Amino acid sequence: MHAHPPEHRIDEDTRSAVLAELAALLPASALLVDFEDLKPYECDGLTAYRQLPMAVALPADEAQAVAVLRACHRHGVPVVARGAGTGLSGGATPVNDGVVLSLARFMRILEVDPLARTARVQPGVRNTAISEAAAPFGLYYAPDPSSQIACTIGGNVAENSGGVHCLKYGLTVHNILKLRVALIDGEIVEIGGDALDGPGYDLLAVMVGSEGMLGVVLEATVKLTPKPQVAQVVMASFDDVIKAGNAVADIIAAGIIPAGLEMMDKPATAAVEDFVHAGYDLSAEAILLAESDGTPEEVAEEIAAMRAVLEKAGARELRVSQNEAERLKFWAGRKAAFPAVGRITPDYLCMDGTIPRKHLAHVLTEIARLAQRYGLRCANVFHAGDGNLHPLIMFDASVPDELERATELGSRILELSVDVGGTITGEHGVGIEKVQQMCVQFSREELEAFHALKEAFDPKRLLNPGKAVPTPRRCSEYRLTGSAK
Amino acid sequence: MSDLSQQFAARIRAAAGPLVLRGRGSKDFYGNAPQGEALDVSGHRGIVAYEPTELVITARAGTPLAEIEAALAEKGQMLAFEPPHFGEGATSSATLGGCVAAGLSGPRRATAGAVRDYVLGVKLLDGQARELNFGGQVMKNVAGYDVSRLIAGSLGTLGLILEVSLKVLPRPVAEATLRFDLPEAKALETMNQWAGKPLPVSATAWCDDVLTLRLSGARAAVAAAVEKLGGALVAASEASQFWAGLREQQLDYFAGDEALWRLSLPSTAAPADLPGATFIEWGGSQRWLRGDIDAGHVREVAAKLGGHATLFRGGDKSVGVFHPLAPALAALNARVRSALDPRKVFDTGRL
Ligand SMILES: Cc1cc2nc3c(=O)[nH]c(=O)nc-3n(C[C@H](O)[C@H](O)[C@H](O)COP(=O)(O)OP(=O)(O)OC[C@H]3O[C@@H](n4cnc5c(N)ncnc54)[C@H](O)[C@@H]3O)c2cc1C
Repeated sequence: MHAHPPEHRIDEDTRSAVLAELAALLPASALLVDFEDLKPYECDGLTAYRQLPMAVALPADEAQAVAVLRACHRHGVPVVARGAGTGLSGGATPVNDGVVLSLARFMRILEVDPLARTARVQPGVRNTAISEAAAPFGLYYAPDPSSQIACTIGGNVAENSGGVHCLKYGLTVHNILKLRVALIDGEIVEIGGDALDGPGYDLLAVMVGSEGMLGVVLEATVKLTPKPQVAQVVMASFDDVIKAGNAVADIIAAGIIPAGLEMMDKPATAAVEDFVHAGYDLSAEAILLAESDGTPEEVAEEIAAMRAVLEKAGARELRVSQNEAERLKFWAGRKAAFPAVGRITPDYLCMDGTIPRKHLAHVLTEIARLAQRYGLRCANVFHAGDGNLHPLIMFDASVPDELERATELGSRILELSVDVGGTITGEHGVGIEKVQQMCVQFSREELEAFHALKEAFDPKRLLNPGKAVPTPRRCSEYRLTGSAK
Repeated sequence: MSDLSQQFAARIRAAAGPLVLRGRGSKDFYGNAPQGEALDVSGHRGIVAYEPTELVITARAGTPLAEIEAALAEKGQMLAFEPPHFGEGATSSATLGGCVAAGLSGPRRATAGAVRDYVLGVKLLDGQARELNFGGQVMKNVAGYDVSRLIAGSLGTLGLILEVSLKVLPRPVAEATLRFDLPEAKALETMNQWAGKPLPVSATAWCDDVLTLRLSGARAAVAAAVEKLGGALVAASEASQFWAGLREQQLDYFAGDEALWRLSLPSTAAPADLPGATFIEWGGSQRWLRGDIDAGHVREVAAKLGGHATLFRGGDKSVGVFHPLAPALAALNARVRSALDPRKVFDTGRL
């Protein structure tokens, strides 16, 4: 990794000109320039890397947001869009001499259409706020990142965020119908539509997951899903991680797509049990949570089928949630896994590779070996159904060279994911954190194609520069020095 | 299994003008008339990898869709977006590459998603004959811009698809089809109301004041829904014939040479005030219209209802097959196209 916040320098004249212009465009409360006001914006959830921006703009409406973009564009000043700052890859880390465009004040739910099952919302609306607004109609917004109480739909779109229910209900990309986007020059484009498809290329697919580098989302129309009548979860413990991994494949082979299918290894279980007291089996090497939702009859049928598969796969203990409170308790631990690990270590890095599930045993064994080599502890949380693995590397940044060792270990884990045919990031994005591992996953030509696409939206490369797609030079450097195994 | 990628690369390098990519031609009817020299890609075929427990299949673009569906069926799985083949005769000629490039989805689209929702990765030859991989063979992947989904529906105008990886799903255990006598407005309202309930609806079709509804899922869920919704139960063989006929547009409604318009609308849009017979799918989101109706008028009505209109089959293509884009969006589309294909090797004008 060896990430660092991107550098961008502007001269003094430009700096004062753009600041004066922004001050004229925005009310005083919507433009932050003082050190102590800028401080809260110096990083996102990837707290190991910090950078103060030149200014933070907090527009309250589209006209102001567009005016900020135009001013920055004219003066050649970089812009970093920001939602709640919960991103884990440094996507919202400021660029020095750049402006952070916070969408925090865009927090209105503009419309909920229960018959059409859609909601039109501003980008700063929190993920759970959408589901709350839809709840009276028996509907909800399905993608449920564990950070959903805090993170915004704008950030979700930019990262193509997932959650524990995405195996059955899809990722952000499957649940967005339309985006109103401002390009860096202030031009507004509507991408997608209120129908299921729009004419022209599928630019919605490109915008989702583009990490704030192509345009600023000013409005999103999302799909709402009918709330299932009931949900129930089976918790299975295994005395062997490999058995648990095989059990996941067996469930899929039995023709079942569970509403959620998650796994935690022993260190992760220990950390969360101490935090939420969900009653997890602490002696198990791995715990699987498999959820079924639907009509009561359907759930009963599916839970019985999953129990049978899990038993046959060698689960040593099975518990089925008996009521909603217990179901939420079983999930609480999984959903609080990151903060729980955060409690037992001064610092941690959260990895995010996706692997073909069949390589799980190999990958976990390798991770354990690597962790030992780098002298660090690692807990593993796994979106087992879709192969998205979150190794949590624990370290103490105040110990000389621990951050360095942690990032090295992270790099090796990401490369391992690519080696087994997977990817360096399943849902957290590349940001600044994994930008160098992009050189491992993609060829020079593929990276060129990404740069060309970026320039189709942002020719001056001012939106979130230095993130997500490395320059060819950075890759040659990395290939020479970085990936020695 | 044959790998023709080197041959294709040579053709691309030698191309003096645009190349019109073609599988077996089952979707020749679709899109604007392409300009350029034909390049048959159907010989590049074969399933590269299929692992049922990973829910992923990877195959070369020329692989017949029928071959892929047969391989999946053997393991109790399917392409959930039910792509239409539109092949002539008994044995379909449709290829996987054509399916992804055309981006067309079948009856299950409203509830299961479209082709693009199942594309996990593509291997392309770009206009400079470079082999590029985007996405991958895993379910979740946010490294780099999502070029693989962008390719879905691009009608061969961005690059030559060599290989595609798709997410697959288990076939539903149980299925039932119900019929209801309902006029258009009432049918639209009913479809939308039911779509907002936790019911296992997997397809809807309305025509001639009859709403046909398919339920798919767990045995218990389908049985409970049949009980709850009422209507007339359609015999299984008749039902499967009906849905296959709809998917392939072989029902009576689609017969004949009259122009066929496709209106893509918000599912709740009021019945379109347009002449011609209507057939509604996708819970109200996809509406077909027969007849030589003035293109400008159809598009105006579709746009007012919040959607767009495509001249799907027949008619006079000189009016433009696809709905014109707003100027800013059109300019962005053009920039994206030339970003990925600066030499204009795939600029056939088909989209
Ligand atoms: C405890 C914890 C648990 C988490 N769990 C999950 C999880 O389960 N699944 C998951 O996928 N992620 C998870 N995350 C990561 C994070 O919450 C998501 O990436 C989330 O989508 C970020 O939203 P945000 O509003 O905080 O965005 P920010 O962090 O503010 O920004 C993220 C990116 O989005 C861009 N951006 C923000 N708003 C806009 C906009 N309006 N237009 C254009 N670009 C914009 C930014 O420039 C940046 O690149 C977790 C994070 C934490 C801290």
